[in-house]
Amino acid sequence: MSDKMKSIYLYTRYERSWHWLQMVLIGMLLFTGFEVHGSYVIIGYETAVRIHNFVGIAWLTAFAFFVFWVFTTGEWKQYIPTTKKLFSVVRYYGYGIFIGQPHPVPKRKEAKHNPLQRLTYLGLAAALLPVQMLSGLLYWTYNYWDQWGIKLALGSVAVIHTALAFAILIFIIVHVYMTTTGHTIFAHIKAMITGWEKIEEHIKIEEWEKAKPK
Amino acid sequence: MNLNSKIVAIFMNAAVLSCLISSGILAAETANKPRPPQTEKWSTANHAKFSILHQTFETGEQVTQACLACHVEAEAQLKKTIHWTWLSPYDETGETGKAGYSVNNFCVSANKMEDAECSNCHIGWNGKQSSVNCLKCHSQKDVHWHDIFHDYKSFKESGDAEIADDLQKTIQEAVQTVGLPLRRNCGACHFNGGGGEAVKHGDLDNTLVNPRKELDVHMGFDSQNFRCTRCHTTIAHQIAGRVYSTPASVHRQSLVDDDLVPKIMCESCHTAKPHQNDHKANDHTDKVACQACHIPQFAREHPTEMWWDWSQAGKTKDGMHYQEKGEFDRFVYKSHKGEFKWARNVVPEYLWYNGSIRTLTLKDKINPTDVPVRVSWPVGSRDDKNSRIFPFKIHGGKQPYDKKNNNLLAPLLSEEVNGYWKTLDWADSITRGMAIMNIQYSGEMGFVETAYVYPTTHTVIPKNSALECTACHRLAHGRLANLAGFYMPGRDHFRIIDLGGWGIALASLSLVFIHALGRIFSNIRKKES
Repeated sequence: MSDKMKSIYLYTRYERSWHWLQMVLIGMLLFTGFEVHGSYVIIGYETAVRIHNFVGIAWLTAFAFFVFWVFTTGEWKQYIPTTKKLFSVVRYYGYGIFIGQPHPVPKRKEAKHNPLQRLTYLGLAAALLPVQMLSGLLYWTYNYWDQWGIKLALGSVAVIHTALAFAILIFIIVHVYMTTTGHTIFAHIKAMITGWEKIEEHIKIEEWEKAKPK
Repeated sequence: MNLNSKIVAIFMNAAVLSCLISSGILAAETANKPRPPQTEKWSTANHAKFSILHQTFETGEQVTQACLACHVEAEAQLKKTIHWTWLSPYDETGETGKAGYSVNNFCVSANKMEDAECSNCHIGWNGKQSSVNCLKCHSQKDVHWHDIFHDYKSFKESGDAEIADDLQKTIQEAVQTVGLPLRRNCGACHFNGGGGEAVKHGDLDNTLVNPRKELDVHMGFDSQNFRCTRCHTTIAHQIAGRVYSTPASVHRQSLVDDDLVPKIMCESCHTAKPHQNDHKANDHTDKVACQACHIPQFAREHPTEMWWDWSQAGKTKDGMHYQEKGEFDRFVYKSHKGEFKWARNVVPEYLWYNGSIRTLTLKDKINPTDVPVRVSWPVGSRDDKNSRIFPFKIHGGKQPYDKKNNNLLAPLLSEEVNGYWKTLDWADSITRGMAIMNIQYSGEMGFVETAYVYPTTHTVIPKNSALECTACHRLAHGRLANLAGFYMPGRDHFRIIDLGGWGIALASLSLVFIHALGRIFSNIRKKES
């Protein structure tokens, strides 16, 4: 790795607090959700249900702010998917990282996410999380289905909600591990706390990588 | 204490009091305070002052005549009710009911009320052919009415005037203090149905004459002290509560909606959303009966009978009838009845129930290979809007059936009519019993295992002792483990999702671990080189 590093301000204060708030909320939802699912008995079923419902609604509300933020700031452009260099990134994590090759798509203010991240985060923010929230909301309002004319079996909503919970759990395992792949083990986590990421100087950034400002 | 300090003390008391009230402590305590016994008379009549009740009563029927002198409609009203007819008012054919063709798996049948001992509970002075014994339900004193008139007559005829006068005095005192039925009046029959205490109902026994709050939060003497009639409301002697075929849950009305609902149920007073702070339990009331969680066990004081096996009856010792007691000091064998099993603190069985119970009659065909034969069973299903998951006592046993005609049999039992209890002769008692019912008997009898249900609705426990969520919402051994056809969180799983989910999560964990090891090793090698 080059010795010449420079700091760039990568994550705004809102972005950081949203990230950590979401971490806490999702953590609580997973923990209580699997207790309601019957996977273990720790805090008690009734408490788990109460917390799960409350936190679920809190998450939904916070997510609405995120959606507002992502569109008004133009940050949505960071999530536009691409296949360019996707394979290189995959190759890097599967091989290059072991022999000290540089990351094929390093972070920049205008391009926070590499192609693999773009795909993953777009999938999360646009599909997995909203569907999870929607299925949770449906699950929560089960008693009104009759009134609303919703003809669904609780089981089919539950199966989606559970499957996506597993998907989120699996994402977290990989996501947390990936934070250790920066230039130091805690570099990425530090960046998500302070907002400042250290990157190597004089790295070209290609035009397509940029989330262009309007 | 001088005047000033007194005033200060009064103010302080008032301040403390208002604090308590505003904090809700005092208000809550007032609401939960046991009701003081009613000492002041609230009715406008006083039976002790009615001259017609100050007479010598030679027979029970004379008492009834005295009652009817004022309560002119009473007998006509009463004779229309199931308490008199022993026939379901919901079955126009008149076949359903104790006095009809209905059977149970206790004493099986009353043989159209010709089986004398079954009529001990009937409220007539002499079966349905006599006038009503008003005192059975309205006497506030504990008197065995048949015996006392019998004794009075005997002592009077034998010239023992002193004892006869004493008995007459007891009779008159009881007659002059009549009132609305006490728990003891109803309990005389309903706590002792089936030939003994708690034989039939699992949630009714003699402890309810004077129960503690822990046993029954409504009837507890240290609680609300309800009489039976507080909920079993009555219009013209028609007492609400029978479940032969009336779907009770149809009338889902609170007293706020309609203060004259004919039958008071939990929701009548507690409403459909009885739990505070929008508790999740409120979302259950459309599918789960209150009783399911609030009566976690039945027979909590006295044991209840769970099994009666007639096939074991008929054994004798040295040619004599005998009986044996077992656990709980209850009979486990009687020559003339067979074998019994008793249990205490029984966890109910949970079944869908819309308020009706379907009961077999002697005319119904049974399938003796499909056991236990359901002699009575709740009507209801998950798809029925009026059905709730409801707790039941299921009484099992074996009873006689016709092997050729495939119907249950009604032996004549009572000693007075030379029934089985005297003769231990199945062939004779069944032949005569079925002849009374006018149903053909092939002559070939066997024993078949049967089941009979009792809804569990009394002995509501104080709320702190109600069932926890995990009594049902759990992976294994939950109380609703046997109820299929719907998804229940905590109980139900999709195996593939769970296996796959945990599998992939574990695989990911292993993968990142191996990846990390790889990075560590390559780093070490780099440094070495």
